[in-house]
Amino acid sequence: MRRCGTTAGGGVGNLALRGVSKRFGSTVVLDDVSLEIGADEFLVVLGPSGCGKSTLLRAIAGLETIDAGEIEIDGARVDHLPPGKRGVAMVFQGYALYPHMTVRGNIAFGLKNIGTERAEIDRRIAAVARMLEIEHLLQRLPAELSGGQRQRVAIGRAIVKDPKVFMFDEPLSNLDAALRSRTRQEIANLHRRIRKAMIFVTHDQTEAMTLADRIVVMNQQRIEQVGTPLQVYREPATIFVATFIGSPAMNILPVTRAAGSGTLQWVRLADGTQIETTASEASLPGQGALRLGLRPESVRLCGLGDGQTKALVDFVEFLGDKTHVLLSLAGGDRLVALDGASCPVHAGESVGVLFDRAATHLFDAEGRNRGLTG
Amino acid sequence: MDSCEQTAAPSTRRTWAASKSEARSGLLFVAPYLIVFAVLLIYPLFSGIWLSLHKADLFGGSQFIGAQNYARLFRDPVFLTAVSNTLYFVLLTVPPLTLIGLGLALALNNRSRWSALLRGLFFSSSVLSVTIVTLIWRMVLIPDGGLIANLLTSIGRSPVAFLSDAHLALPAIAFTTIWWCIGLPMMLFLAALQQVPRDLYEAARLDNAGRWRMLASITLPSIRHTALVVVVIELILQFQLFGQAQIMTLGGPNNASLPMVLFIYQVGFQRWDIGYAAAASEILFGMILIAAMTQYFAARGRESR
Repeated sequence: MRRCGTTAGGGVGNLALRGVSKRFGSTVVLDDVSLEIGADEFLVVLGPSGCGKSTLLRAIAGLETIDAGEIEIDGARVDHLPPGKRGVAMVFQGYALYPHMTVRGNIAFGLKNIGTERAEIDRRIAAVARMLEIEHLLQRLPAELSGGQRQRVAIGRAIVKDPKVFMFDEPLSNLDAALRSRTRQEIANLHRRIRKAMIFVTHDQTEAMTLADRIVVMNQQRIEQVGTPLQVYREPATIFVATFIGSPAMNILPVTRAAGSGTLQWVRLADGTQIETTASEASLPGQGALRLGLRPESVRLCGLGDGQTKALVDFVEFLGDKTHVLLSLAGGDRLVALDGASCPVHAGESVGVLFDRAATHLFDAEGRNRGLTG
Repeated sequence: MDSCEQTAAPSTRRTWAASKSEARSGLLFVAPYLIVFAVLLIYPLFSGIWLSLHKADLFGGSQFIGAQNYARLFRDPVFLTAVSNTLYFVLLTVPPLTLIGLGLALALNNRSRWSALLRGLFFSSSVLSVTIVTLIWRMVLIPDGGLIANLLTSIGRSPVAFLSDAHLALPAIAFTTIWWCIGLPMMLFLAALQQVPRDLYEAARLDNAGRWRMLASITLPSIRHTALVVVVIELILQFQLFGQAQIMTLGGPNNASLPMVLFIYQVGFQRWDIGYAAAASEILFGMILIAAMTQYFAARGRESR
């Protein structure tokens, strides 16, 4: 059960970032990032390669210094502390297991370094090994383990230190599809059991949508939106979020302003079709281009005479449980509609098209969603 | 069962035929190396052993005398001195070359401009020929106007004749050798250090490991194979000390810096007693082989434990 209703950037801050910036020479890699994470929250940082998400994680861990801003954990500033003193643990993309140490040695290493007593180390390793079902692997070297087993050991090495914040840097990207799905569920279960703050970095939206309490969508070194998976899907703050989340991606069509009346704004497609949007007339900028966003599931096919407009079917992709229909409108716009398994249309046919008003998004020239009420 | 055997037999034959033809083409690929290896290494090795069993002159006939050359060697005080000098020299050079090479590599394993410059500087001595190296160090070590002599004189001390003192000659040659040869171990260690994944160090930093802990628990175990290679290479190289001793001291004073290869050279090419020199060569070969193999098996034993 996902916790719903956490406001963007809200929650009781176990970890807080305020105005964090980082540069490598003249290249900005983190640009004024602020964020709060609850003490038992599962936060997923999602974004394309090079957007700064891994740097953000490394800055929290202390593996990168920051040039501006503050990082607090449990109300105390940690950005000047070395990584080992911050109370964080990290699972690396390539696991980073010490190759010449046994699984037991790997898990015990962090505890030995802080002078934990041997009996306590043994007790904690036993508990972690039981939890992760790796008891039979404790005497093996990492080279003797499968990818999934290494992943568990890396997680065990993080858990055993009992950190305040767990961090995962794309930990599933080295696993095959079946194992990735299973490990995803195991990580979700693990979070339910240990109820600690977790930050999970990924570029895979499926991982983000299935694991997160809240998703932080990053693009070009900045946070584009913070919200629950439902929020970022249904109420994307920007055109980037709208197109990055969802598969197939949201249709983006250039439109012109048509009639508006208070809370209703009509827009016109290139073929002249007028569509009612959720944006109010007052929320729109005085001038500048507008773009209409429509999820493929909000574009419905119907008989030629029944639709708001008509379109030519370019291509039909049958995927078993659903069908992607690629359409061309008379004005030259192209869009994708999502239909059921028994979609009756074929390439070359003309069909009627209906748009779901409640699911429309209107983006201004800067790419901001003008239809959000929040 | 029958059908299985019927189908299995031709397939086995095919596999065997295929592997035979594969082996033949494989042999063709390795043949050039094997021929060179046989002509330049295997043949001289056995020819040397055969020669060591003869009383042979460099220009004349030879007479089979069995193991007499070996028996004579073990009674020859000059040869025994050469053996002990060689072992002492190896002890003086191999551990420092390994440790200093590692230390330099650890210190210079970063991307700063200074490190790149210093890496080049430390390696530059390796490209010099033995003649240049010994010339430089003779100028440093000679008591009459040498660099060290001048320094000592300037502080009111009398100059030291490093190369004509029986106790200092070999250490001076060892010092020269370390200066000359330090580039290779440093580069081998640097290459190994750059292979250690960076995220291991990051994981160790998150695990509260300090600098020494990281060196002991991450770096050294990760480069142990290279350390073995460095030790074995240096053992083989330093057992064969020749040029420095020949040019700097001629093995003197009183054979105090006479190494085995110089002994072999003097016996074989100045006294023309080529069978005796071959026997001394075989003993040197055996010593190098034992030293390198001991090192190799000791490291493998530690690994399997």
